[in-house]
Amino acid sequence: MLRPGRKCDIVKPRSLVFIVLALGASSMAPINVGAQSGTPSITDRGKEVYDQNCLACHQIDGSGVPMLTPSLVNAGWVQGDKVRLINIVLKGLKGVEIDGEMYDNPMPPLAHLSDEDIAAVLTYVRSNFNNKAGPIKKEEVAAARKATN
Amino acid sequence: MKKITFILLAVSMLLLSASDNRVLQEVIKLPAGFSMQMVAEDLGTARHIAVTPQGIVYVKLGKLNDGNNGIVVLQNFDQKGKAGKTTSFGNFAGTGIAVKGNYLFATSDSEVFRYTLDANGFVTNQDKPDLIVTKLVSKRQHASKTITLDNSGNIYVNIGAPSNACQEADRTKGSKGMMPCPLLDSAGGIWQFNSAKLNQSYADGKRYATGLRNSVGLDWNSETNQLYVMQHGRDMLFQLYPEYFDAKQSAELPSEVMFALNQGDDGGWPYVYYDHFQKKKILAPEFGGDGKKTGGEKAVDPVLAFPGHLAPNALLFYKGNMFPESYRNGAFVAFHGSWNRAPEKQKGYFVAFVPFKDGKPTGKWEIFAEGFAGLESIDAPGQARHRPCGLAEGPDGALYVTDDVKGHIYRIKYAK
Repeated sequence: MLRPGRKCDIVKPRSLVFIVLALGASSMAPINVGAQSGTPSITDRGKEVYDQNCLACHQIDGSGVPMLTPSLVNAGWVQGDKVRLINIVLKGLKGVEIDGEMYDNPMPPLAHLSDEDIAAVLTYVRSNFNNKAGPIKKEEVAAARKATN
Repeated sequence: MKKITFILLAVSMLLLSASDNRVLQEVIKLPAGFSMQMVAEDLGTARHIAVTPQGIVYVKLGKLNDGNNGIVVLQNFDQKGKAGKTTSFGNFAGTGIAVKGNYLFATSDSEVFRYTLDANGFVTNQDKPDLIVTKLVSKRQHASKTITLDNSGNIYVNIGAPSNACQEADRTKGSKGMMPCPLLDSAGGIWQFNSAKLNQSYADGKRYATGLRNSVGLDWNSETNQLYVMQHGRDMLFQLYPEYFDAKQSAELPSEVMFALNQGDDGGWPYVYYDHFQKKKILAPEFGGDGKKTGGEKAVDPVLAFPGHLAPNALLFYKGNMFPESYRNGAFVAFHGSWNRAPEKQKGYFVAFVPFKDGKPTGKWEIFAEGFAGLESIDAPGQARHRPCGLAEGPDGALYVTDDVKGHIYRIKYAK
């Protein structure tokens, strides 16, 4: 389960540290980059949207930033209530306790994203970073957006 | 493959669980002649640190420990530098802590408290500190109140701006910068207060310097009698303005800068940022900039610029005699390590040294202690096993470094 491109010299202590992190910590889960062939899937588009809009703060492995930005890895808020999750993307989030932790940086609203893109990115996040929740449809995003307006 | 993986896991778990310190100390690299001791482990979110002239160590915790305390006291050190006795007090979390004269100062995110020290360096009023400053802006973002004191009875408090770039909607694409930035009235600067007066707030203090986004690391330079700060530069140039910046530029910019401040100085935030490639103050895109237009004619220039997003969390001028002569009156900077370089690799997670000559940085800087993260290549800050956050000098000239991931306290010493 070592990530590609990593050197793995088992003699050096620092490499061992890395191995333990890679094997032991869920935050180091490899990223599913989506379908390898065929037509672009919803998770391919979802990864694109993630990389453009989410990755800076939630990071390349979804692990967030300690004290600043919550982790998306195997996260209750990600895998739980779909409407709550859609609304976080539409309205942003700040000053809310997440699994007993407070985070300093606010999440901006991303309402400028289309229903399709929000559905794609949430489907991507819900099926990656050790999350195993079902997809979100663009109709569900549209309904949440309508309820907000 | 599975079998090999299992063996690797078993071996590495064994190594780490049995001798985490040994592995860690081998991983942390220091210049020749320097060595590192573990003073304490697993204290929690160990932020800033102060050492009394008697060698008693005080550590400020960002979150209260299991005893609901926010200040840890370390004492009774053995031959290897390990604290034999660890106690704690103070029912407030925070980052700032400093010793001056017979007092220990410590901060919450909105207050500055003062404790009295006895002749042995111990606090006499653990449950009843004096409230020196109160009601400071605290809105989670950049709320840490870090402090330093001069030799004339003043305390300087960093009041970070609760914002990235003073946009109408913080960190939101397309949102304009507010002109003038209203946050600067009560944050985004260094405030000066009387270190001996009780119950002060903004009206009693002085906005000593403004236009400073968040100066977590600050120290009084007694050689030049001047306040120095390390600013955390703004985030998200690429994410907010992809038309002007690519991901690589955004990972390197803006510079993390060192300012030498005089009363009334303006660091330029949020209107300008420093670009160490162009060596210019550049107009922020929220205020009409494009990555090239310059601005900030009234703002001071930094005295030194580092690559972007390294997060300088502590600044310390070295006054001791233990280290070689070249270190004296130079500055150590603890870099907490980046997050806003993604998708590029993260950087920082080291302690740097800045040589000074005749009271000014020589223009060069070097990595002094690195390897705290425990891995060579860091994709995300959550992977880092340890992150340097606080610095202090012991009475013998040893350098103390805190880690706010696990709460390890390191002591770096030198022997010829």
